[in-house]
Amino acid sequence: MSTHRREGFVLAAAVGIVGVTFGVLADAAGLSLAQVVVMSALVFTGASQFAAVSVVDTGGSGVAAVGSALLLAARNALYGPVVARVLPEAWIPRAGSAQFVIDETTAMASVQETDDDARDAFWWTAIWLWSLWNVGSIGGALLGSVIGAPETWGLDAAFPAAFVALLAPHVRKRPGQVAAVVGAALAVAFTPIAPAGVPLLVAVLAVIPGWLVGRREAAA
Amino acid sequence: MSWPALIVLVVGAYGLKAFGVLVLGRPDSTLGARLEPLTSLIPAALFAALIAVQTVGGDETLVLDARVWGVAAGSVAVWRKAPFVVVVLIAMAVTAFVRWQT
Repeated sequence: MSTHRREGFVLAAAVGIVGVTFGVLADAAGLSLAQVVVMSALVFTGASQFAAVSVVDTGGSGVAAVGSALLLAARNALYGPVVARVLPEAWIPRAGSAQFVIDETTAMASVQETDDDARDAFWWTAIWLWSLWNVGSIGGALLGSVIGAPETWGLDAAFPAAFVALLAPHVRKRPGQVAAVVGAALAVAFTPIAPAGVPLLVAVLAVIPGWLVGRREAAA
Repeated sequence: MSWPALIVLVVGAYGLKAFGVLVLGRPDSTLGARLEPLTSLIPAALFAALIAVQTVGGDETLVLDARVWGVAAGSVAVWRKAPFVVVVLIAMAVTAFVRWQT
């Protein structure tokens, strides 16, 4: 087995365990098993799925849940140009392959030296990741329904803690740190005065000060 | 979560990926590259906001309870480079313990 195939599998195995967490949390937020299956198979972008079920869990509306999930999914659109040259050229296979353009597949493909390796890494990571993410999600949802009241197990703290881990790679540089601090401050400020979910949408405006800081650093 | 909301999410999530590959991924497109400085910061802003809301948010109010301890413990685990699952389990265990004690 070549290195990138093995790495793709290891990455997918870790993501599968994250999928278990997702399944448990989705179950705690009141999603049915069928909804968990549909979401993991078809939405297939982890952070957005976590965001959607966490907004639902904290009482937010469907609009707020979908809105914050799609804002997070917007970055997948930006991965398109990164992996475009290793995807099939015929229109229908190309459109189908877009479903697998997410953080992990883009990351694995973009570190390869040749296009052939990048293509191989993209597809092996995609297949393992999709399979194990779905197996994990279903397992988690089934597990969730047997463990009872989520608060007793501290599951309400699992969401924010999971996001601390997801946030870490995004706050290594100053623009990300500014966006994170301003985003959190906006969300806290709007929580007592706006319906659930709205504070998150307002918080997205924090990308502007982050971007300004980055631009000033680049100019200096 | 309602089925219509889920279906909008399914269509929207795929639509964004397809837009990236089929439109931004054309050899002559520069739009993705120009928007990248703003969109690359969305995860930082949104994740931090999610952490804040889920840690101290209540029903249109702010609440300080056992979650704060759990998330603090989970953050230390992240800082110590613990695996994802360990981070989540530590946060859950600390929150459950503090809640049980109070």
